Amino acid sequence: MTALSLRDVRKSFGPTEIIRGITLDIAAGERHCIIGPNGAGKTTCFNLISGRFPITSGEILLNGERIDTLPPHKINRKGLSRSFQITSIFHRMSVFENLRCALLWSRGYRYSFWSPLWRQKGLNEAAEALLEELNLASRRDVLAGLLSYAEQRALEIGMTIAGGASVVLLDEPTAGMSNTETDYAMTLIRRVTEGKTLLMVEHDMKVVFDLADAITVMVYGQVIASGPPAAVRANRAVQEAYLGALEG
Amino acid sequence: MKYRWLILALIVVAIALPWCFYDWTHHRQAGFLISMLSQMGMMVILALSYNMLLGQAGLFSLCHATFFGMGGYATIHFLNGAGDGTLPVPMELMPLLAGLSGLGVAILFGSMATKQRATAFAMITLGIGELMATSALMFHHFFGGEGGVTTNRMIDNSLFGLSYASGLQVYYLILAWTVIAAALMYFLTLTPLGRMANATRDNFERAQFIGYDPRMVRFMQFALSGFFAGIGGGLYAITYEIVTYDALASSLSANALLMAYIGGTTVFGGPILGAILITLLQSGVSLLSNSWLVYVGVMFISMVIFAPTGLAGIIKTHGPIRQAGRLRLLVVPYLRLTIPSLGVLLGFVGLVELMSFLTIGAAQGKKLVLFGGPVDVHAALPWAISGICLLVGGVWLRFEAAGFHRVWESLSAEVRR
Amino acid sequence: MQIVLIEVLNGLVYGMLLFMLASGLTLIFSMMGVLNFAHASIYMLGAYLAFTISQFLGFFPALIIAPILCGALGAAIEIWGLRRVHHNGHTAELLFTFGLVFIIQRLVQMTWGMLPMAYRVPPSLDFPLFELYGANFPAYRGFMLLVSAGMLLGTWLLLKKTRIGLIIQAALTHPSMASALGHNVPFVFTTVFAGGCLLAGLAGVIGGNYQTTEPGMADAMGPIVFVVVVFGGLGSLAGCFIASIIIGMIQTFAVVIDYSIADLLRPLGVVLTGDTLLTELLTVPVARIGALLPLVMMVAILLFRPRGLMGTRDA
Repeated sequence: MTALSLRDVRKSFGPTEIIRGITLDIAAGERHCIIGPNGAGKTTCFNLISGRFPITSGEILLNGERIDTLPPHKINRKGLSRSFQITSIFHRMSVFENLRCALLWSRGYRYSFWSPLWRQKGLNEAAEALLEELNLASRRDVLAGLLSYAEQRALEIGMTIAGGASVVLLDEPTAGMSNTETDYAMTLIRRVTEGKTLLMVEHDMKVVFDLADAITVMVYGQVIASGPPAAVRANRAVQEAYLGALEG
Repeated sequence: MKYRWLILALIVVAIALPWCFYDWTHHRQAGFLISMLSQMGMMVILALSYNMLLGQAGLFSLCHATFFGMGGYATIHFLNGAGDGTLPVPMELMPLLAGLSGLGVAILFGSMATKQRATAFAMITLGIGELMATSALMFHHFFGGEGGVTTNRMIDNSLFGLSYASGLQVYYLILAWTVIAAALMYFLTLTPLGRMANATRDNFERAQFIGYDPRMVRFMQFALSGFFAGIGGGLYAITYEIVTYDALASSLSANALLMAYIGGTTVFGGPILGAILITLLQSGVSLLSNSWLVYVGVMFISMVIFAPTGLAGIIKTHGPIRQAGRLRLLVVPYLRLTIPSLGVLLGFVGLVELMSFLTIGAAQGKKLVLFGGPVDVHAALPWAISGICLLVGGVWLRFEAAGFHRVWESLSAEVRR
Repeated sequence: MQIVLIEVLNGLVYGMLLFMLASGLTLIFSMMGVLNFAHASIYMLGAYLAFTISQFLGFFPALIIAPILCGALGAAIEIWGLRRVHHNGHTAELLFTFGLVFIIQRLVQMTWGMLPMAYRVPPSLDFPLFELYGANFPAYRGFMLLVSAGMLLGTWLLLKKTRIGLIIQAALTHPSMASALGHNVPFVFTTVFAGGCLLAGLAGVIGGNYQTTEPGMADAMGPIVFVVVVFGGLGSLAGCFIASIIIGMIQTFAVVIDYSIADLLRPLGVVLTGDTLLTELLTVPVARIGALLPLVMMVAILLFRPRGLMGTRDA
């Protein structure tokens, strides 16, 4: 069963083609990492899948349904959620409010201006539980903008998975973290994406080979290799283009 | 509800104030006070509903008076209908109809304006505001052209059997609706829509990736704020029994902005504070000075630069220090700020007044009277005194402000620990 | 026909005046993302300054000095005002320029009073340039066309031929790149803001005696300039030019068209009777609602093309 699939997806900014025909299938429940040098188009690829930019040509399917013509909020409602490389949270709202907002749509509140939030028991309990899970309970009422960097990253992940999306896209969740912070973040990611399809951009090779069921290597807007970690590691083109440079 | 007692006290004061100034010897109401309080009520609604956009949704709108004014015009026609018996609606519910009129107009214009945000939104609302204001001057049906439309509020249809002949009865109607509208607007901040309005203000992109369409959030918030502005306009129509172009002119939109911003957009009660303060200034200072708008303008700009959270925001930052019981440590630094501030104020007011009496005042044939004596605006002495006050006060204030800043920083650091 | 020719010229004069204002606004907006609400106030200030200077030195020195003063004021506003509120975001910047409108408005009233100024066309330009079928075209309007065309050429040369012009151009087409440039961005900001104010001041000098120099002139001009900028498409100089000319023409022609929609319907056999809002809307002659037309056009374009005529991006 394929959760997410890209069919010859292309994207041009002006005359420059940034994504040059990507075809990729991600099985449901798979943990899939995208690696590649800077400027390979990994983040752009995320932006295309999540609907932030329109694609130039090709098709993107989520659970067999085309999503490439939908705006971001509709893609999200179909069960695809993403995080950002540069932390994207509601910085003037408390940590608790951030998480509660992220839960709202999936719990059917829509644009309600008649249901008082303090009376929504299920919603509030879910938000509190999420706080516990992210280990942010002690920071419940702090403004999100005042959190430490690692805490903000954790909150970002929490907001991404809050809506119960079946496909989760994480864009460099451990970027800029120390080793201990990275270990902590990876445990968290492992735990909260249990049973979900995970697509992740990551630079830390240790993390990648530790976590991934499958790896895709991108260079200059193209996929040069895709498959199980062992196969990718053995791939010569990959070694030449990327891994070799790192290990050598 | 931390502020329950404050709110209750405010309402009690608002109810009691007309009787505190009642003229018992002649059995007359204090007319000036009542009309000022009535004005305050409407302005509180206007400022609070404006803050639903500026403070809560981050939308800088310049056509808020459109909904206030349209609510007002509609109410005049409703009252006329009620007067000749074609519209059997009691007086107490007229503001609700006014609100619905505001809502209708806000839905119409909101569907255009809320497609955009930030600067483009501000410009589109500016255009809409001008469009409506110009139309009001041009068309006689509905708007009555330059003369406006008039009515008689004694429609003889009241839930409580009131005639609304006196200003006091109207004032209590305004007060009741102000409390209702404020309570409803507060309630809105605690609903999913209210929260998502905050969220789109902080980060509209993130809001999309948790399933919300920021345009829809903006649109609904805009429409609802139009509803409340319409209620304010309805009360305006009932009070003055005439609505002219002024009720939807851009200057009223600007007023809504000034009240909300100076009061403080980050705290729900901020705009209430702003509305009361500006109305007081308007009814007090505008009688004394031609140039009260300069003072409001300078106050506004200084707030934008130095205190973007407004008065309520400044008060709120004292919260942690107060809780730690260290507020009295700030008394002396504050007192030290007072003297140079007064100097700056005196110098600035002096210069502005001298200058305006040189031109506008002279044209009106008025004489500048300061501290009980006439001042010759052509002599050098008053100019020199004002200038020196401003300069010396300014330099001194900079010095004291730096000292205050040090005390403040060390106190807040201490409180945080 | 003769009226049409003269009116086309008049429309062009007014359109170019609008463009002088709108281009500065567009440049500032494209570069800094700020809409300068005080732009029309600077225009007014330019007219008042020109009046005062021309009383002492004559009109032509005023034509040079007043815009420079306005430009200097613009630089001061940018350095001591906008830059301070910049870190609080665009809304704070908008609010700041909005506050300036109040202060400039009042300062002008305090300095020059509430009455219109006797700012007149200089005698050396006060003669009919040519006569077309009995209608005069004043030399001063020809002079206005000359100045605005010169300004257009000057700005174009500046943008194309100088280094700072190239940076500004880059910022126009790639707004996100502007901030990433290694150039002295604050200096470029100040220059652009001052330049925009200078243009507004120049427009004030030649517009002040073409219209009337009075305290209400900023309020009258402001909305129209904003309409031009929205109509042309935010951030597009070409769109801004086209919109200026279109709106200049429409405003000029509206005044002489004494027909209403009802007059158009009459040949089709539709006769309106009664006295309702609808009949009033349909029977009001175009000449009376001239001031309304640009605003209606703005709303219309927003409905059908939210980015404006030539706009390429949302704000």
